[in-house]
Amino acid sequence: MSITKRNFVGLALAGLVAFSPLSALAQEWKPRKPIDFVIMAGPGGGADQIARFIQSVAEKKDMTTRPLVPNNKGGGSGAEALIHVSGTNDPDYTILVTLNSFFTTPLRQPNLGIDIQTFTPVAMMGVDPFVLWVHKDSGITSFEQWVETVKAADGDYVMGGTGKGQEDSIVIAYMSNAYGLDIKYIPYDGGGAVAKDLAGQQIMATVNNPAEAKGFYEAGDFVPLLAFSDERMPAYPDVPTLKEKGHDFSYYNQRAVVGAPGMSDAAAAYYGDLFTAIYESEEWQGYLTSESLSPLWMDADEQRAYWTTQVENHKALLAAMGE
Amino acid sequence: MEVLGLLADGMFVAVQPLNLFLILVGVALGLFIGAMPGLGSVNGVAILLPVTFLVPPGSAIIFLAALYYGAMYGGAISSVTLGIPGASTAVATTFDGRPLAMQGRASLALVTAALASFVGGTVANILFTLFAPLLASVALSFGPPEIFALMLLAFATFVGLGGDDIPKTIFSICLGLVLGSIGFDAISGAPRLVLFDHTGFLQGIGFLVLAIGVYGIGEMLWTIEQTRGEVTATTPKITAKGVAADTKDAVRRGWKGTTIGSFLGFFVGVLPAAGATPGSLMAYGVTKMVSRKPQDFGKGHPGGVAAPEAANNSASTGAMLPMLTLGIPGSPTTAILLGGMVIWGLVPGPRLFVEETEFVWGLIGSFYVSNVAAVLINLAFIPLFIWMLRMPFTILAPMIFVLSIAGGYAATRDMFDVWLMVIFGLGAFFLRKFDYPLAPAVLAIVLGPIAEPTLRQSLLLSSGDPSIFFTRPIAGPITVIALILIFLPAFKLLRKRRSLA
Repeated sequence: MSITKRNFVGLALAGLVAFSPLSALAQEWKPRKPIDFVIMAGPGGGADQIARFIQSVAEKKDMTTRPLVPNNKGGGSGAEALIHVSGTNDPDYTILVTLNSFFTTPLRQPNLGIDIQTFTPVAMMGVDPFVLWVHKDSGITSFEQWVETVKAADGDYVMGGTGKGQEDSIVIAYMSNAYGLDIKYIPYDGGGAVAKDLAGQQIMATVNNPAEAKGFYEAGDFVPLLAFSDERMPAYPDVPTLKEKGHDFSYYNQRAVVGAPGMSDAAAAYYGDLFTAIYESEEWQGYLTSESLSPLWMDADEQRAYWTTQVENHKALLAAMGE
Repeated sequence: MEVLGLLADGMFVAVQPLNLFLILVGVALGLFIGAMPGLGSVNGVAILLPVTFLVPPGSAIIFLAALYYGAMYGGAISSVTLGIPGASTAVATTFDGRPLAMQGRASLALVTAALASFVGGTVANILFTLFAPLLASVALSFGPPEIFALMLLAFATFVGLGGDDIPKTIFSICLGLVLGSIGFDAISGAPRLVLFDHTGFLQGIGFLVLAIGVYGIGEMLWTIEQTRGEVTATTPKITAKGVAADTKDAVRRGWKGTTIGSFLGFFVGVLPAAGATPGSLMAYGVTKMVSRKPQDFGKGHPGGVAAPEAANNSASTGAMLPMLTLGIPGSPTTAILLGGMVIWGLVPGPRLFVEETEFVWGLIGSFYVSNVAAVLINLAFIPLFIWMLRMPFTILAPMIFVLSIAGGYAATRDMFDVWLMVIFGLGAFFLRKFDYPLAPAVLAIVLGPIAEPTLRQSLLLSSGDPSIFFTRPIAGPITVIALILIFLPAFKLLRKRRSLA
């Protein structure tokens, strides 16, 4: 083979690429097959809505070379998803949309052997507040009136939620303790089903994320009584917070994306960039506003620190519930 | 009539050149996706969601709705020709579709399926057009006790019918219920029946895994054993006369199943907890029950093809209703559609019908157009599907096996499910040898996971008092009818004994 000028340049370039530092190559990591986009909840609820929204933004703006394929694994309060993700043989292609069951499920089911600190932080997309809702036909318009009604029902007041130890049940348990309420709690398989049964008045009240109840609120069927956020929400300026009522308690659902344990640094960096771009997109910022989520951006180290404090918080909350 | 005016506008939107083109492409793709085992409408809609960002939102949802429709038609094709349910919604179609094909009457089964699907879709569209807001409120009045009563009724239709061996039917139902309860408990979140501590069982047993195992692999083994590898499938020929005769036969013997399927399917589809698969299974059960010849079902009765096919089309339209009016998906496919709608800036929920009239009626208009397109395309392709059946079973059998394995893997991308499916296939073969009916087990694995949580929610509501199923205005009558159906065979048996003595 005679070396012409042209293929000499080619060889030289090939040599450059071959000997360039590994880190520079690693920066180039791109998915080469579809990404398993696991959701810790069933279809239709808040977490699922967000996952589908993120996927749609990524598709619409052509942000990934390979698609995110949503995969609902909501069984056992997200235990199914945690086991699936921690046991994957392809950690670079497995990411998880989490909610607070990311903290509570491993605490409540220690036999699963899940250590969340082994997971890879990717992005904190925001935190979702909770609101206490009743049906308009109940005639209840204020939180105080609601407390009276629950007390008068004497143990027959029925609320729905997504399950013992889940986010809404923690909020309900706190209220029950603080006000001495006796509430009958019916577990459902997702926030969407809970909202539907409040609309049909199968249950009397719920603690739902605004996104899950918004449609019914706008149609005038649902009345918000109390928010569990730090401050009043811009979309619900007339709804008081529990803090205003003199209880130092606020509770949010994390909407975060994490990578499988053992994900390579290059892949983690890729997903970090991808979700930063999605976070900064007009669509996501619009979603945060319209669905009343609060932004809470964190880098990877801050996320790990946040996980530690959240695990401690939830340990205390679950202990207070007697779980 | 304001509604008719809106609908006419909607249809006009649907037959715009771009939209009509999308409907035709969507239906054709849907037919294919529905016919491929493991690739149900859920996967189809998920795969093609990105494509829809290229066109305006109204057209995009029309495309996805056409795809959804096509898939409902397509599911029947592989159920009949290969005996593998193309999608979970078409499982009940194999019960009678496959025996018909084995008798060389595949064209009758396919014509019946196409016509029943068309009628089911049309009935559902009319009900949707006229009663959408009213039906949404009916769906809301179904709480846990009502849903449980309905599930009880579905089981009752399978137990209380003559012809089958009742103890064996009950055994089969129990087997399905046990398999359905594997995995995480919906109420407490605790893992149950994790056999051999294998983590694969934590996610529960997928319905499609069981269905493909039982009907794809089990049926294939059964056929091989019956025919000893000889070519027995009669070579079906397609003639104009034959098709006309089939159409006549389909109408004559399938109208009852079609009617039941159309109405029952729609109603079950509207309930957010249910969807098209339970709808089609229930329609099959009810049709068999009211038939004058229930013993013919499972052996190739056109009514047994018509009922589930009418029901799954009708239910897939019905399932759109809670999604659009309540923002709650009635089926996994509508959950994906919901995600698409949110990004297009449409907020499903009680306000959608008021604020986005053009979109809503465009969509409903496209249902009508898709339905017509789907039946025409489907009927045109029937000779092609029949042609596949001319292959000797020695060639068909390995094809069925490969398609079953690929389908089982495609649904969850997990090898564990593939092994499970093979085991179910072998199990089904032996159960069949001992004359156990398998349909009730399939029914139970679909309905069990709906019935169990609703039973427990109901008892939590009533503090453990079972009278909640009798005292509520909707649940009460349904429960009573279900109980009568369950105990009917026992009464009959007692009377017979007495008259003998």
